[in-house]
Amino acid sequence: MIPTHPNKSLIVRCLQKILPAASVLHETEDLRPYECDGLSAYQQLPLAVVLPETVDQIDQILTFCTKQQIPVVARGAGTGLSGGALPLENGILVSLAKFNRILHIDIENRTAVVQPGVRNLAISDAVREYGLYYAPDPSSQIACSIGGNVAENAGGVHCLKYGLTVHNIMKLEVVTIDGEHLTIGSDALDSPGYDLLALMTGSEGLLGIITEITVKLLPTPETANVILASFDDVATAGQAVSNVIADGILPAGLELMDNAAVGAADDFVNAGYPRDAAAILLCEIDGSDTEVADQLSRAQQLLQRSGATEIRVAKDEQQRAKFWAGRKAAFPAVGRLSPDYYCMDGTIPRHQLADVLTRISELSDEYGLPIVNVFHAGDGNLHPLILYDANIEGELERTEELGGKILEVCVEAGGTITGEHGVGMEKINQMCVQFNEYELQQFHAVKQAFDPNGLLNPGKGIPTLHRCAEFGAMHVHHGQLPHPELERF
Amino acid sequence: MSGNDKTEQLREQIVKACRARTPLVINAGNSKSFYGRQVEGEALPLDGHQGILSYQASELVITARSGTRLDELEAALDQHNQQLAFEPPLHTDQATLGGAVACGLSGPARAFRGAARDFVLGAKVINGKGELLQFGGQVMKNVAGYDVSRLMAGAQGTLGVLIEISLKVLPKSEAETTLAFEVDAAQGHQWLRNWLHEGQPISASCHYQGTLSLRLSSTENSIKQAHSRMGGEIVGNELWHQLRHQTHPCFQQDNLWRLSLPPSTNIHNEDDQLIEWGGALRWKASNNDLFEQARRLHGHATRYALRAASRQQVFQPLQPAMLAIHKRIKQAFDPHSILNPCRLYEEL
Ligand SMILES: Cc1cc2nc3c(=O)[nH]c(=O)nc-3n(C[C@H](O)[C@H](O)[C@H](O)COP(=O)(O)OP(=O)(O)OC[C@H]3O[C@@H](n4cnc5c(N)ncnc54)[C@H](O)[C@@H]3O)c2cc1C
Repeated sequence: MIPTHPNKSLIVRCLQKILPAASVLHETEDLRPYECDGLSAYQQLPLAVVLPETVDQIDQILTFCTKQQIPVVARGAGTGLSGGALPLENGILVSLAKFNRILHIDIENRTAVVQPGVRNLAISDAVREYGLYYAPDPSSQIACSIGGNVAENAGGVHCLKYGLTVHNIMKLEVVTIDGEHLTIGSDALDSPGYDLLALMTGSEGLLGIITEITVKLLPTPETANVILASFDDVATAGQAVSNVIADGILPAGLELMDNAAVGAADDFVNAGYPRDAAAILLCEIDGSDTEVADQLSRAQQLLQRSGATEIRVAKDEQQRAKFWAGRKAAFPAVGRLSPDYYCMDGTIPRHQLADVLTRISELSDEYGLPIVNVFHAGDGNLHPLILYDANIEGELERTEELGGKILEVCVEAGGTITGEHGVGMEKINQMCVQFNEYELQQFHAVKQAFDPNGLLNPGKGIPTLHRCAEFGAMHVHHGQLPHPELERF
Repeated sequence: MSGNDKTEQLREQIVKACRARTPLVINAGNSKSFYGRQVEGEALPLDGHQGILSYQASELVITARSGTRLDELEAALDQHNQQLAFEPPLHTDQATLGGAVACGLSGPARAFRGAARDFVLGAKVINGKGELLQFGGQVMKNVAGYDVSRLMAGAQGTLGVLIEISLKVLPKSEAETTLAFEVDAAQGHQWLRNWLHEGQPISASCHYQGTLSLRLSSTENSIKQAHSRMGGEIVGNELWHQLRHQTHPCFQQDNLWRLSLPPSTNIHNEDDQLIEWGGALRWKASNNDLFEQARRLHGHATRYALRAASRQQVFQPLQPAMLAIHKRIKQAFDPHSILNPCRLYEEL
């Protein structure tokens, strides 16, 4: 039996005055599809789901929720991997699914104005005929929304060279919980005042609802080609990554897969990978024909000198697509190895790769849970996939504990608990490890500047100090207690 | 690595100022005091708080204390054939890293490689309550918490005093060549747009007095190929140095304005106007206020007189809703408004 909000029916009736009845979902079976995002280990039915189509409707919904002090969670495509769009029991879930139009394509200035519910890949599809594309390409790009990308500062395989979402957007239209309309950024390359565009990007739906986005478009490179290099040791592959970058080559993508991932991907899409390799690197170079030819041969030599046991350069576009198919299908491929897997997202300085991978494999042995590694090596962004079976009692809990340990290893190595998936609900405890109480208080103060009553996505992203005290992690930070003279609570 | 750490000293001064509600004027090399309103208060000097803390070429990251001189920083990068790709202006050899990031100014490459804010990976700051805080980090991707370190770029210290900064750096290109074309501004920018669309390796543009100059950065072969496709006369590379450090004659005018506009907007053939960033940045002398004109063109204007701190409005006025949120953000970082008060806007 699901407990119902005492005023649920009244709230639903009020929402039905703002929206057509079909756009207000409140029956349990209608709410089910919204009970989780891509992190399905957490599930919660909201009080209601609303599907507005106009900014005016969003205004009215937020005004109503502010008046009634009802918390609001925004949802794009629900592919997030940290529980950011997880509903709240007594909250309204605002789905941006109906904001799915590309409003304007400006070829001269190479920008596009899109609504937040537009799928990432749909933008590149729409501008391909003009020889343009939108650069950030998360693996979830066929499904995830551009609004969700902004809210998470999503990255992708090509971010090493072309940057993250924050580097590829120009302007946002935002509605705050108080119904204030803000135009953040502009059609020019900079704006007066504070860089609110940076602040808004990656704010996980805690500061405002994004209702329109102007993205930057790039000309499609003349050529791209990829090298597949095999290694008999993961650490050697990690060192090769550093060597390529130190030499002054900036690959469009530089991805690493370990032996387990290589096998799984090869089984799944028949990518023709060297299955006995301890690790493979995919190194993509793009640009003009001559530039690619020059850099490809340089990268090849470097990889060779860095200890690659075999090097293949894609012979044609077809083979290039095949090499990438394995990487792109890596997550679902790993999904076939075990009933469940849990994807982590720590980022570390590249020179720590070998040490951190060793530490992860020790932890894997300690917990008796296999871990597969597929990741954005060029950025040092790890995605250890922990294999587990949710039907075995206690295994999910052990998996989460192991995941937490891995993130702490990343922080110790000078890295961060999340490179691109966000904190959401999932990493809220690890935030207490990465930040001290003053830093967390500063985050709360920023939140208050936008949302004084804490109604937007409460409980996500930034932990309360109380929560950290309970987690027992409000302690030594960067090796020292901050302001030892001040009283501890 | 070497250097001098004044963090504790700075923090003590800020804590004291916070208690006494004393406004602080943050400065280091004083090379950019012209860029903003004049601030009255007690000096908080960052010069001497210097030193490169870590730099490994293969990481593409450099971390240094904010008072580190930019020329020193660039010399270190130079040894590994790397660079600050946003080309911050030095103005004088006293310019510091902290000043560059706090002002958020970027040079000729901005439209092609990104702005100062794009390269900020992390920062240690002291807020207006005297709390030493660290945001972001030294890694390429980091979405833990709000992106406060990027927010500091361009905030001119009004939200926090920058103590340490980590920046992403990039390898230098194998080769650089400048091409010059005798062409009017409108036609020249039309060509430029087409070449950019073709993916030609353009890393800077300038139109001034009937000449369009373009810088190409890539491999030797690729530049040769681009030149044969684009035409134009090969000239020296000095122009970009003059533009970057703003020593070009155009910058010596006392009534200079900086206009930041959508690139293809209204490109006229005005001889006195210098156009950079593929059309997105215009330098223009005017005795009139250009705020309203810039607003109508969907951009913004800045009064840019290199020689004097101004009591006038320097930056484009903010719309009321934006000003309100700016005030609340200022309040969140500096509740007693002691850090560079009024530097950006009278109300902040
Ligand atoms: C198989 C798979 C592969 C993935 N690969 C990548 C990858 O390579 N790189 C990467 O970065 N991520 C990846 N992800 C994670 C996910 O796709 C991204 O985080 C994506 O940006 C989420 O977009 P969404 O539309 O699904 O957002 P949701 O999951 O719906 O929401 C995410 C967060 O954004 C907020 N939000 C959504 N829309 C708005 C809005 N309009 N206004 C304000 N807040 C809003 C929500 O409240 C929530 O906090 C992957 C996920 C899967 C399942």
